[in-house]
Amino acid sequence: MSAVDPFVVNLTIFVLAIFVGYHVVWNVTPALHTPLMSVTNAISGIIIVGAMLQAVEIDGETITLTSVLGALGVLLASINIFGGFLVTQRMLEMFRKKEKKG
Amino acid sequence: MANLTAIAYLVSAILFILALKGLSSPAASRQGNIYGMIGMAIAIITTFIVANKPVLGLIVGGIVVGGAIGATLARRVQMTQMPELVAAMHSLVGLVAVLIAVAAIFHTGEHHTGIQRIELFIGAFIGAITFTASIVAYGKLSAKFGSKPLVFKGQHLLNLVLALAMLGFGIAYFSTESATAFMAMLGIALILGVLLITPIGGADMPVVVSMLNSYSGWAAAGIGFTLNNSVLIIAGACVGSSGAILSYIMCKAMNRSIINVLLGGFGNEVAAGAAASGAQKNYRSGSPEDAMFLMGNAESVIIIPGYGLAVARAQHALQELAHILHGKGVKVRYAIHPVAGRMPGHMNVLLAEAEVPYDQVSEMEEINNDFPNTDVVLVIGANDVVNPAAKTDPASPIYGMPILEAHKAKTILVVKRSMAAGYAGLDNELFYMDKTMMVFGDAKKVVEDMIKAA
Repeated sequence: MSAVDPFVVNLTIFVLAIFVGYHVVWNVTPALHTPLMSVTNAISGIIIVGAMLQAVEIDGETITLTSVLGALGVLLASINIFGGFLVTQRMLEMFRKKEKKG
Repeated sequence: MANLTAIAYLVSAILFILALKGLSSPAASRQGNIYGMIGMAIAIITTFIVANKPVLGLIVGGIVVGGAIGATLARRVQMTQMPELVAAMHSLVGLVAVLIAVAAIFHTGEHHTGIQRIELFIGAFIGAITFTASIVAYGKLSAKFGSKPLVFKGQHLLNLVLALAMLGFGIAYFSTESATAFMAMLGIALILGVLLITPIGGADMPVVVSMLNSYSGWAAAGIGFTLNNSVLIIAGACVGSSGAILSYIMCKAMNRSIINVLLGGFGNEVAAGAAASGAQKNYRSGSPEDAMFLMGNAESVIIIPGYGLAVARAQHALQELAHILHGKGVKVRYAIHPVAGRMPGHMNVLLAEAEVPYDQVSEMEEINNDFPNTDVVLVIGANDVVNPAAKTDPASPIYGMPILEAHKAKTILVVKRSMAAGYAGLDNELFYMDKTMMVFGDAKKVVEDMIKAA
């Protein structure tokens, strides 16, 4: 039997992850749907990994079209990561104050 | 080494899933958010180690500058502006996906196999559509562009032609590896993104924002396929399905099909329909003092806030009012319709910001059976979500939409600026019922007057 194509491995991961996401997200309480969106904003900032892999030295050159585009991608994805997690934290803190009082 | 990397990515993917799982209750959610941050840190450090000669200055510089911008935005944004911020962030994910795809295309000395070219194509076009569509959504939400749907003849045909052209250039790129064909494909996708959102009206924005949330996830997953990167695929797929679920919930709450929303043009026809029914009807109005008297003597009060409340910035005053009533021994609860704000769960956040305890806030299904036993309902800044026509009038455009059954309560107080129609442009039977009292004025002013009368 020949080796499995990486695409098929990726597809397996992808489909299983959709199932996991589907079940986890249905359990999110409707009151927290806005923090859910902002945290998914932060998590989709994981695309920074892809951008980092382009911001590399190519044939000894550090500044190439590819590396600059990659660096710009890193910058924009960082906005999502920091902005997303911090604003989520800020919102969730608002839900905490109530616990003490209530 | 490759195995270690894969395991580190697995750990970070699990932490992301825990971050989502934490949101099943407010108590567990903060811990979840921390897991998410740790997961992100692990993924970034791992990538640093495995990247082939990363340019340190460029990457660290990008993270520092981007991080500072993100942190500032997170600190400064008003809770009423959350939909705009979220839409802006979706556009960034889309743009990054495009940048990565272009960077990969111009990566000298890197060859892409057939399947990689298909993956690049998919990641790039979803990214491009997400990018421009989210910018238009951002503009509509922040009122920088008009929120009216823009519809013209042959719109769907034009979209179809563009989609086919995009696919054509995609195939050309696949067979010739021509960078020009790839860029042409991208250009068309960017235009398509704009055209897809312009026909959608302001009332449907909660669906659009959720849908773009989903797209941004699929774009990330698409890039993950190209780069053979498991954590990107897993995170992207989770975000994608999360956005899809939210779109579904929002569509259900508005009784609209996703196809119907996407084809757009909702606001227009309805406004015309409402103008036709202009018969004069009688209603009863009263002062804030009268309203306070009724609430003060009630056993139970349910407050139904709508987005008008947030526009008038009356949340804090309302919470003070609820506190006073609570002190008088009145049982006060808040009832929230899923589309009360401008994005899923928006009203909950606005109330939480005003320090309303979340155990006093109920979702539609939880509280709808309680209305017949409730003495007073205070509707403030809401309209369509309490319109009984959705249950009783098959001719109504919102017929079938789930509503908060305020009309079943013993007394209904409605705080409103005037008798003008609501977001969907419909008249509301609730306002003309014998047991309804209208209190006219700005929501904040009215609530403050109620507090003074206490």
